[in-house]
Amino acid sequence: MIEKRPGLTFIAHAVLILGVAVVAFPLYLTLIASTQSAEQIAQAFPMSLLPGGNMLETYRTALFGGTTSAGSSIPAAAPMMWVSLVSALIITVGKISISLLSAFAIVYFRFPLRNLVFWMIFVTLMLPVEVRIGPTYEVVANLGMLNSYAGLTIPLIASATATFLFRQFFLTVPDELVEAARMDGAGPMRFFKDVLLPLSRTSIAALFVIQFIYGWNQYLWPLLVTTQEDMYPVVMGIKRLIAGESYTEWNVVMATAILAMLPPAVVVILMQRWFVKGLVDTEK
Amino acid sequence: MASISLRNVVKRYNTGKSELQVIHGVNAEIADREFIVIVGPSGCGKSTLLRMVAGLEEISGGEIAIGDRVVNNLEPAARDIAMVFQNYALYPHMTVFDNMAYGLKIKKVPLAEIKQRVDKAAGILELGHLLERKPRELSGGQRQRVAMGRAIVRQPQVFLFDEPLSNLDAKLRAQTRLEIQKLHRELGITSLFVTHDQVEAMTLAQRMIVMNGGNMEQFGTPEEVYTRPASTFVASFIGSPPMNLLKQAPGGKPGALLGIRPEHLDMADSGWALKVETVELLGAERLVHARLGEESVIIRTHEDQGAPEVGSTIYARPREDRLHWFSAETGKRI
Repeated sequence: MIEKRPGLTFIAHAVLILGVAVVAFPLYLTLIASTQSAEQIAQAFPMSLLPGGNMLETYRTALFGGTTSAGSSIPAAAPMMWVSLVSALIITVGKISISLLSAFAIVYFRFPLRNLVFWMIFVTLMLPVEVRIGPTYEVVANLGMLNSYAGLTIPLIASATATFLFRQFFLTVPDELVEAARMDGAGPMRFFKDVLLPLSRTSIAALFVIQFIYGWNQYLWPLLVTTQEDMYPVVMGIKRLIAGESYTEWNVVMATAILAMLPPAVVVILMQRWFVKGLVDTEK
Repeated sequence: MASISLRNVVKRYNTGKSELQVIHGVNAEIADREFIVIVGPSGCGKSTLLRMVAGLEEISGGEIAIGDRVVNNLEPAARDIAMVFQNYALYPHMTVFDNMAYGLKIKKVPLAEIKQRVDKAAGILELGHLLERKPRELSGGQRQRVAMGRAIVRQPQVFLFDEPLSNLDAKLRAQTRLEIQKLHRELGITSLFVTHDQVEAMTLAQRMIVMNGGNMEQFGTPEEVYTRPASTFVASFIGSPPMNLLKQAPGGKPGALLGIRPEHLDMADSGWALKVETVELLGAERLVHARLGEESVIIRTHEDQGAPEVGSTIYARPREDRLHWFSAETGKRI
């Protein structure tokens, strides 16, 4: 604040605190609800905002499945989390690798139809998922990839956004660096591995976070492609608990939701350190 | 034997619709161990010429040979050369040691020998204490020395310098110039040095190629270029302040330009009548800007010769043995 007017400062802080509250409150509510028992949630209105005592039991049921006191059977969330983790990692690593290589090709090589290829990749950004989902399903089904990790990940692996981002980054690498590498005798792939990749660390870290969360949160595509329970990702698991039998065990639902949020949060926190380190490192 | 031969070297750019020729047939024979400077104004093609020798630009016509080999179709790494870039081009994520070792690592030179070569180069360039630093932790002068170190460890036949001093401040430039001279004395490797600065050219070159608009105007020692410039361009490019080129000097020939350097005009009691316009005191000398008829003339006088008054008429006599004649039409020396 350049002007030291306490009134404005107070309002600024108030607005910011309100913003934080709006974002954090649903999370808090979810956490609280997961610590109470199903009866407490169903019966108390409004729901109590204080932590209940059922945390361990709720989480155990959510993770490993079981039968609740009300008689409904809960599928285990742990295997679903594993499916989510594996597919998110495959999608992330796959997307980054493919985009790095395609951006490398587009920026550093001159080949016939180069511009056409670039625009084709760009155009796919304009196609919403819903438009292409029918034909993609047919192809995947015909290739026998339903209910498999391949089916869950391969159709999602090509990324125009990531290619574009890497392309923009590669364009900022000075030409002299390429020439110096050429003088040193580095061929294209050598240059890619020894010079370009280390310089791209920040971009890779940023994209890792974005793509991991994207992969983790996939709902529509897994819904179509999987019919067997053992291949359901955890986001589908949450939905199934709600639409379930007679009685929705809200505490278990909330617990599953919290569990589903943990891995992406961990990824963001870990990558944040890499981000900052990468930002401090870069200077040409 | 690391001689360089440029035989009718031509560079053309094809922009699809049209063709632009930027270098029009350069011929030069450079002997082993020579330090050659390619000098000229911006856009004259000197960097393009250097890059063709380096292999970073394709040669559109003619031949370039290094030693006995014609290198037209060889990749830069196969030509046994090393280049120092204007913006240093150091790998930002590698330490100084790794930067210098990179080329050798690719050639699969054993680690012990790499270390030995890098240490030796670091010793010559006084970089020993900086080997573990990254480029961003170095000053401009240090970075340039690392770039030179990287070139030295390759033990090439030819060094190529692309305006390496342009990004340094004036004092550092003078210092690094001396270091480059020292390096050449010690290592004796054939060098091609590109610059737009004629002072660098005059001080570093054993011979220089003066380029203008894609043409090689003159190829000679600094002394030759200074005392017998081959064209009006060379005459006015080398030497500061530039040579006076007069169409209508007393005693002049028709169709010819008379060239006389400012320091070869002596103030006297009789001779050319000049009207003084400005006088600049540079410390040890004075520059008198005057007019001879419609043309301007610059005279360099010693500071204890007395300052002429602005607006007054003075007389100056050219030294007869320092007159240059150029064709008014072609600009070439007569």
